[in-house]
Amino acid sequence: MTTQVSIADVAAPPAPESSAAHERRQFSWGRLLAWTTLSLFLLITLFPLYWMLRTALSNNRALFSDPTSWLPVHPTLGGFKRVLGISSVEQAQAEGGSGASLHFWLYLRNSMIVSTAITAGQVFFSAMAAYAFARLRWPGRNAVFFLFLTALMVPPIFTMLPNFVLMKNLGLLNTFPGIVLPFFFMTPFAVFFLRQFFLGISRELEEAAILDGAGHIRIFFKIILPLSSAPITTLGLLTFINAWNEYFWPLLVAQNDNVRVLTVALGVFKSQTPQGSPDWAGLMAAALVAAIPIIVLFLAFGRKIVDSIQFSGIK
Amino acid sequence: MAHTATDRALHVGGKTATGKAGRRRSVRGGWHETGVAGLFLLPALLGFVVFFLYPTLRGIYLSFTEYDLLTSPHWIGTKNFVKLWHDPLFWNALRVTFEYVVINIGVQTVLALGLAVLIHRITKSTMVRGVILLPYLIANVIVALLWYWMADVNLGVLNQMLGWVGVHPIAFFGDSHWAIPTIALVNVWKFMGYTALLIFAGLQTIPATVYEAAVMDGASEWKIFWRITVPLLRPVLTLVLMITIIGSWQIFDTVAITTKGGPINSTRVLQYYIYDQAFSRYNFGYASAISVVLFLILAGVAFAQMKLLRADESDLA
Repeated sequence: MTTQVSIADVAAPPAPESSAAHERRQFSWGRLLAWTTLSLFLLITLFPLYWMLRTALSNNRALFSDPTSWLPVHPTLGGFKRVLGISSVEQAQAEGGSGASLHFWLYLRNSMIVSTAITAGQVFFSAMAAYAFARLRWPGRNAVFFLFLTALMVPPIFTMLPNFVLMKNLGLLNTFPGIVLPFFFMTPFAVFFLRQFFLGISRELEEAAILDGAGHIRIFFKIILPLSSAPITTLGLLTFINAWNEYFWPLLVAQNDNVRVLTVALGVFKSQTPQGSPDWAGLMAAALVAAIPIIVLFLAFGRKIVDSIQFSGIK
Repeated sequence: MAHTATDRALHVGGKTATGKAGRRRSVRGGWHETGVAGLFLLPALLGFVVFFLYPTLRGIYLSFTEYDLLTSPHWIGTKNFVKLWHDPLFWNALRVTFEYVVINIGVQTVLALGLAVLIHRITKSTMVRGVILLPYLIANVIVALLWYWMADVNLGVLNQMLGWVGVHPIAFFGDSHWAIPTIALVNVWKFMGYTALLIFAGLQTIPATVYEAAVMDGASEWKIFWRITVPLLRPVLTLVLMITIIGSWQIFDTVAITTKGGPINSTRVLQYYIYDQAFSRYNFGYASAISVVLFLILAGVAFAQMKLLRADESDLA
């Protein structure tokens, strides 16, 4: 019976008294089982990430002799040093690295440039479009909006082959504009997401501004954008993470070293490592370094990201 | 959505007679709202036309041509599609991708539903939800590398653990029977928390009164789950399934990093086959034809689920 009551009051998150009931609730086997299961889920989620760290901090040669040690084997920063190019070839080989150099700083810089440019352009231009869809009245507005939304249905692979041809014809292969442009002006999701928020902004502020003689451009910059800073930040985060993680498009258009981004570089690094005795410690160190910006964003803005995912669930 | 926009416009139009007059005065007739809208829309519209609309139409056109990137495409009618029909590798790709989608979506949805209900019932902690979302935020490439290492046949920790219970090492990525299920489960790990959060959002929209009534009637937990949670969640589940199934059909990154289509084509999924045709053999026309098929499959999935969704819309209304 106690467990049945628990369903009812926990199912009502907004009600304050349910949290009080939460505190008072007594031990039950059902709850123990539930928490055990949840802990298992959390363990399965976190263990591989820990294992990445543990391997990255190990001496690659020693990994072979002790593959199950829970702690790093012969702890060393050698993996990270190899990845960041600050260990000599002899040092690298002594620890079981291949001695192949990885221009990690360069790729890190490239990923930074690409993701920042995509985020800035996409969020700003999508906000402008969302303003036109949410706050201005013009003939054909709903039809154009619907057309934008249909682009959500087109799988990326479908547009990427012709886009590759386009970039090739424009001579933009292996350039930053070539990587950035297709995502620079809009995505249907970004426009849709911001339009939802702009629709909810009160008209009164806007009308007061108009009476003061403000034009739409000023209203957009002085009223709409500041009032929507929260959803814009959220969208910016999601856009940055997606751009940072993108693999397929840069794989097609940016093979050259000078514009290669981290995801593509990781793929190359993996295929260069010797088949017989891969540099697992180096690979995991590289993967970890590539994930660090995302992990930092996650630690700083975790709640915002969680909320935004839930938002896209209900719309 | 179009519905709310119209409501809004009507509402605003009715309410702001004075505002409108003010606006007209302030803009001095030169700036019409349509012109302003055009200005605001211009960059996004440019991006939409150049990078979404035009390539979509061009992709369809290219599927009817032979094109090697060096000479200009020439029209060959439906030959690519005829070739495709007789191409065992295409059918293999379709079968393998389907197998992937079934395992990936099947396992992922069940686990995510369980996880969502569990979280909804026992904790409101954002931290817990954050942790389960973490794998979703990490790049496919990194996730693929990480599991490639963990599932390594010689040193991988998974095989070491299996060894403790007396199971012989399994070449998870190297054995043609294991490769697809392995890749499918790797992506279950990646997307399970994300899916659970989407379902969790749906759970929060179910009013507590419904549960209270059921408890009053003495319904058991099991009954409540099947008779209340699942039916009321059906619209959300349909939507979540649509998003995840469409994503699942486009599996590429994990394959490209780990198996590269092998062993013996056992993981040559559709998108990898398209990539292979286009960028290893320069058959752009043929690759486009395969992507048209993929596009049609996804459109079919979306259409079927939209029909289901519409049928269920009234459940909570």
